[in-house]
Amino acid sequence: MQMSLHNARLKRQSVYDTLFRNLTRLAAFGVLVLLAAILTSLVMGSMPAIHAFGFGFLTTPDWDPVNDKFGALIPIVGTLVTSVIALVIAIPVSFGIALFLTELSPRVLRRPLGVAIELLAGIPSIIYGMWGLFVFAPLFADHIEPWLNQHIGTLPYIGPFFSGPPMGIGILTASIILAIMVIPFIASVMRDVFDVVPTMLKESAYGLGSTTWEVMLSIVLPYTKVGVAGGIMLGLGRALGETMAVTFVIGNSHELSKSLLNPGNSISSSLANEFTEAFGELYTASLIELGLILFFITFVVLSLARYMLYKLGQREGKAA
Amino acid sequence: MNAENKPRVVVKDLNFFYGKYRALKDINLDIADKKVTAFIGPSGCGKSTLLRTFNRMYQLYPQQTATGSIMLDGDNILDKHQDLNKLRAKVGMVFQKPTPFPMSIYDNIAFGVKLYQNLSKNDMDERVEWALKKAALWGEVKDKLKQSGMGLSGGQQQRLCIARAIAVKPEVLLLDEPTSALDPISTAHIEKLIDELKEDFTIVIVTHNMQQAARVSDFTAYMYLGDLIEFGDTSTVFTNPKRKETEDYITGRFG
Repeated sequence: MQMSLHNARLKRQSVYDTLFRNLTRLAAFGVLVLLAAILTSLVMGSMPAIHAFGFGFLTTPDWDPVNDKFGALIPIVGTLVTSVIALVIAIPVSFGIALFLTELSPRVLRRPLGVAIELLAGIPSIIYGMWGLFVFAPLFADHIEPWLNQHIGTLPYIGPFFSGPPMGIGILTASIILAIMVIPFIASVMRDVFDVVPTMLKESAYGLGSTTWEVMLSIVLPYTKVGVAGGIMLGLGRALGETMAVTFVIGNSHELSKSLLNPGNSISSSLANEFTEAFGELYTASLIELGLILFFITFVVLSLARYMLYKLGQREGKAA
Repeated sequence: MNAENKPRVVVKDLNFFYGKYRALKDINLDIADKKVTAFIGPSGCGKSTLLRTFNRMYQLYPQQTATGSIMLDGDNILDKHQDLNKLRAKVGMVFQKPTPFPMSIYDNIAFGVKLYQNLSKNDMDERVEWALKKAALWGEVKDKLKQSGMGLSGGQQQRLCIARAIAVKPEVLLLDEPTSALDPISTAHIEKLIDELKEDFTIVIVTHNMQQAARVSDFTAYMYLGDLIEFGDTSTVFTNPKRKETEDYITGRFG
């Protein structure tokens, strides 16, 4: 009697176990199904545009809804350029923040500053967009862009990138807003990975007579490079896909211009702006293909990052 | 201390504070030139703290302060105008655990040297070889200088750290429990090495292991709760201690 009760309980437990295992498996595979479904619907939705324009879609700057001629060059360039400039600004600033927080800051300031940076990461992007449009862009137009025009715009080679009408909104403004948005992400990842560097390792470098700067650059950064690269990729991922804030300040004009002060467009802001007014099959399909391209760019960037880190790990493994 | 053991480092009225807590109390001590001096005592007695004043490592932490004087070559190490980088070129340090830098074996050694000297490729190669030979590691790594220092065994890593410290050609070498993370064979290697290194360097070693202190050191300081209880010839301290507390500790009745 006792025995059979015991067995019944065991059996019930094993049923629960199986149920639970299958549930978790379902959830895990659900992610894959979802990914495949999104990809499939993007490809199917963009089929008309793919048939009509082929690979030329990627290299054509036309965006002419009236004549049903579409090309993705301008949004692609806009997305890549704003993201790259944003990273160029954000990486050194984030490094400085993380360096200060882990090595230089007085202990009492560490927590409040760290929390402030995390809060910054939590601000909804539309607020950055509004701030960029109403506060930053006018300031930029009145004070910084004229200066850029006068001082950098006249230089050879890089001059053309910095001359143009001081309108406040444009590629450069969008890049700066993006930089501000990704700094909290990159800085907090960097701070977290810098924090795990063994004290003794840092002391060893200090013990040889290194300055804080030398310790950071030659010891801490190489020791944490995988984590730092991960943080940068996180920032890049966010910058590539950021929609609202960019839409506010990029200018949303389908024009290809050398000048960073001119308005441009990015993939995500084109999508946000034009979906509601897209008429006709080809227009909609072109927009969906833009989405597919963004998906692809993000995928390639993340895969490259993974591959880079894998190679890095492998090289060190071999050395070991 | 007799005439042939002229002091290299002279510690006078040294007090050390972690915030308000007084961790070292009026320490007076001479470290003999080209000899091995060992600091022993139970955990928390201040032996590592004392060692870390010699290269002002405590300076990294704002709460920690030292008063008194530590004279090295006529300079007070504790003087606030003391150039820390120069001081640390003269006083090298090796830690409890091996701490190879995340770079190649060659670069690990060259790292410290580059901070002070601008050597040609040839001179640097020579210096790296010299340091690795001094640290008895050359034979094991000479064919893989370009590989990561993290890939060596624990004992090899610790010898790499010793090589890295002596590559700068310091006068004083501080060893903070250098074998506490190593197996007995690696420990024996390091102890033999210490014996050879004292020809060129003044060595101060902190150790938990009393047998190790007895084996490698010429002078021993026994510390307890921030006080220097007894200091003298290692043989005297171990065979004929003057103080009861020292005897209790080294005979294992305490600590």
